Order: sequence, then C-alpha cells, then structure tokens
Amino acid sequence: MVSSSAAPEAAAPAAVSRRRRSPAFLRSLRRNPLGVAGLCIIALVALVAILAPVLSPHEPTAQVASRLEEPGPEYLLGTDEFGRDILSRVIYGSRISLYVGFVSVGLALLTGGALGMIAGYFGGRTDTLLMRLVDVLFAIPSLVLAIVIAGLLGPSLTNAMIAIGIVYAPIYARLVRGEVLAVRNHLYIESARATGVGHMGLIFRHILPNITAPLIVQTTLLLSTAILSEAALSFLGLGTQPPEPSWGTMLGSGRRYMELTPWVAIAPGIAIVITVLGFNLLGDGLRDALDPRLRGSE
Amino acid sequence: MSRYVLQRLALVIPTLFGASLAVFVLLRLLPGDIVDILFGGDPQVSQQTIDQIRESMGLNKPLIVQYIEWVGGLLQGDAGVSMRSGIPVSETIARSMPVTMQLAIMAIFFACVVAVPMGVLSAVRRNGASDLITRIVGLIGLSFPAFWLATMFLLISSTLFRWVPPLKWVAPWEDLGRNMQIMIVPALLLGLQPMAIIMRMTRASMLEVLRQDYIRTAYAKGLRDRLVLARHALQNAFIPVLTVIGVQFGALMGGSVIIEQIFSLPGVAFFLLSGIYNRDYPVVQSTVLFLSLIFILVNLAVDLLYGYVDPRIRYG
Repeated sequence: MVSSSAAPEAAAPAAVSRRRRSPAFLRSLRRNPLGVAGLCIIALVALVAILAPVLSPHEPTAQVASRLEEPGPEYLLGTDEFGRDILSRVIYGSRISLYVGFVSVGLALLTGGALGMIAGYFGGRTDTLLMRLVDVLFAIPSLVLAIVIAGLLGPSLTNAMIAIGIVYAPIYARLVRGEVLAVRNHLYIESARATGVGHMGLIFRHILPNITAPLIVQTTLLLSTAILSEAALSFLGLGTQPPEPSWGTMLGSGRRYMELTPWVAIAPGIAIVITVLGFNLLGDGLRDALDPRLRGSE
Repeated sequence: MSRYVLQRLALVIPTLFGASLAVFVLLRLLPGDIVDILFGGDPQVSQQTIDQIRESMGLNKPLIVQYIEWVGGLLQGDAGVSMRSGIPVSETIARSMPVTMQLAIMAIFFACVVAVPMGVLSAVRRNGASDLITRIVGLIGLSFPAFWLATMFLLISSTLFRWVPPLKWVAPWEDLGRNMQIMIVPALLLGLQPMAIIMRMTRASMLEVLRQDYIRTAYAKGLRDRLVLARHALQNAFIPVLTVIGVQFGALMGGSVIIEQIFSLPGVAFFLLSGIYNRDYPVVQSTVLFLSLIFILVNLAVDLLYGYVDPRIRYG
C-alpha cells in the first residue's frame, strides 16, 4: 500500500523534467503534417509486424495452394511460385525489414558512434588515426562494400545486417566526432571537468545528451536506407534466404515469373516504398523540428 | 591555388593505399577461399592435392607477400589473373568498366540536370507549386527502390508494349543510337535516387543562402533578381551541392551493380558478383579498388571545384 502511493510521487518529477525538455521540438513536429504522417506510417508498419500472426491469413512459409495462383478472395494477393500466400509473406516481411533496419543501424550507431566519440573527445593522434580509417572506408563505394562483405560472409539475414552496419558505421563516426568537437570546449563541459567528473561521466552525462538531436535525425534517415539496402542485397540473393519472407527476396525471385504473374513482384515493392517513405517523412519532420535554424524560418 | 591542388593530389595516394589494404584484409579475414569453394567437402580430393592447388595459386604465401605482389603488380598495370578463368583481371575490367562508367555518368548527368534547376526554383518560390512538386519528387526518388522500378518498367514494357531491351550491348563509339536505346532507361532509373538527394540538398542550401545578409544587400543595391540568384546565391549554395554530387557518384557505382543485373548489361556487376561467389581474390580486390579509385578521383575533382567556386579556398 505504502509503495503504491509513493510511486506517483516519484514518477511526477521525472515527467515534469522530461516535459520541460522536449516541448519545443515535439510541438514543432506536431505542426509538421508530413512528419506526423511518417510517424503514423511507421506505427502502422510496426503494428502489422507485431500482429503478423493474427493478421496473416496463412502460414508465410507453408505451401497452401497451387503455384502462382491469381489474386482472389482466398488469396488476396495471389500465391507465389511455391504456392505460398503472398499477403501473408508481405505481412511477415515487415518484421524482417524493421528488424534489419533497427539492428544494422543500431550496430552502426554503437560502433561508429563510439569511434567518433573517442576520436572527438581525446583528439590528437587517436583522432587522426581513427579519422584516416574512416576516410578509407568512405573511399570505397558503400553498396559495393556491403555487397562484398555480405557475399563473402555468406548470404544470410545476419550477415546482411553486419554488412550494412559496417558500411554505415563511418557515417556515425564522422557525425559524432564533429558534434563532439563542437561541444567539447563549451564552458559547461569545462566546469564539469573542473568539479572532478571523469571521462566516462563527461561523455555519457554531459556530452552525449547534447549531441542527440543530429543523431536522432541521422538514425531515422539511415533506417530508410538500411531497409532499402537489405532489400537490394536480398534481391541480389546476398541477404535473407528463402523461404524467409523478405520483401527484397520476394522481389528477386518473383521477377522471374513476372510476365506471367505480375502480382508476385508488385506487392513487396509497394511494401518497401511505404515503409521507406514513412521513415523519410519522419526523418524530414524531425530534422525540421530539431534544427533551430530551420525552426525559425518556418 | 596550385598549392591547394597539390595538397589534394597528395591525399589521393595514402587514401588509395588505405583502401587497397582494407579490401585485401577484408577478403582474407572472411572465411573460405576459392579452393574451399571449388573442392570443399569433396572426399575424392585429397588434402595433398588441395595443398598443391593452394600453392600453385600462391594462396599459401604469407599474407604480406601476397599483398606486396598484388600492389606491386598494380603499379605495373597488372591487376592479377582470375583464379577461376585464368583471364587477366585488367582485361575484364577494361571490357566491363566502360559499361558501368557510361551508366554512372549518364545517371549523374541526368540527376544534376534535373535536380539543380528544380532545387533552385523550389527554394526561390518557396511553398509555391514548383516547391511542392520538387518536394514530392524528392520523396518519391528517395523512397522508391531503383531495382523495383526497373522491374516494373520491364514488366510494363514487355507486357503492354511487347518491348524488351536489346540483348546485345553496343558500345557508344560503334553505334550511338543503339547504345542509347539500351542505356537510357537504366540510366534514368539509376539516376532517380541521386536526383532526389541532390535536389533536396540544392533546395536546403539555397534556402539557407537566401536568408543571408549579403543577399539582402545585393537586392538593396538594386541588382536584378537573376544576377543576385546566379552570382551571389547559387555560387555560394553550390558548395554543399557539389559534395553531395561527389558522394552520390560513389553510390551510383553500387546501385549500378543491381541495375546492370536487371537489364543484363555487361558491366562490372556480373564480374564482381561471380568473383565474390568464387572467392576469386584478384578479381574482387582489383575491381573494388578500381571502383574506389574512380570514386576518389571524382571526389578529388569535387575538391578542386570547391577552389574554383569558393574564393575563400582559392586564396586560403
């Protein structure tokens, strides 16, 4: 009894402080109808992914009908070359796309962000060395690099995510380093250091919270390119392997039967477009909302 | 200016060297080599034979020796020999690279020709009809995967118009008309995404510049709109746009791998992908390095153009 009455009190200050920090950008995002539309699209795709077992009329990997059946009341989007229900596969495909997006971009954020933080925070020779490494990775065209890594690791969903993560890591390294350099010499960092805060405290408590805005924007926009990259790798046969229902894989294999049965290649493509569009709209909206220079000009 | 050029030029060599090292290490770090692919799991082939094949291919030499031999060969114009087919890699690159390059150059040309004027127009007439169109086209270009559009194009052209792209590739210097027939659609599709990105960048950069005081000053001086836009605004707005164009060219080379596959164009895609499947080290490392070299040179050109566009760099 005692603890339940104490809980709201404990939660209240946290809620107040959070509300105090975010209104400007949230209000700004709310004023941006396209950004809100993006958020709604992503929420919808996420909902479809979560509810996939409930929503899909059939097993995504099971043969339920004869091959390449036309769309009809039983199979709304038709069946593919193995007699699998395309609607169910498109629904389950949302899981793979979102999963790939978040894991690969998360991987890039953690590794690239850590490298950028180290380079920007410590500076000097560490910085030079790490940034030369980043320059070299930037010199190799990114999709070519992803194709090489994914191909050599062996085609699979995990390896595609690793490849995309490696390719995107330098983007975060450069971004985080630049942001850290910009805030590193601010007075509040100096005063924190003067009060005896250690490296870890400075990085996680004082620097990181002040550079999150560009990271959020970059992450949202990279999620869309990561999903496209996975689709492209899978399309080439270097990503998700059949029978797993990845949109890219479905497109890649459906392409061969396309002239007879166009529906095989249409639905997964539309699914990709909708999801990627959602992330792009949200990314644009967040950028407008989080960038104070743009905010003033609206 | 000449010092600036030399500085930029001097950066090319270490970057290229780093890229060669990165590609080499990457290939050796990842599991399996061509012998595993060819004979792996075949009980008929004895370990002794496998060792002999490895030795004949130079795969048992210390890595540092393999690297030096590869780079040493490259410096003499020898990119190695395909382990699978025995054909010199430089020969295959010379045959396939023009296709990929033509595709990439046409795509970036198309992207710039559409994107820059539209981006400028959309920034100048902000919130007008052209701005709306630009923003919609920008979002479409960003969100539609080129490989899907390509698939849809082939679907529509073959079912509705009974038209399929010619099977045999023709070089532009042999028959320009036929070559264009083959290349124009793939290049347009490939250029769509860079077009969107360049257009968005031009718009954002122009909006930023148009807010500056010196633009107001230029107008206040009574200069005509066109002069203010061309001399004062566009020149300053163009620097980030140039950067994006350089980066997009690199992205195009990756994207063209997929487009080439769909349209069965004899560019580097087929060659690179089969090299990867077979762990054909000389093929993969030399091709990737060659693509990187072109990308590095494009970015060098962009760097040099900065000096041309921005006087602060020229005299700095």
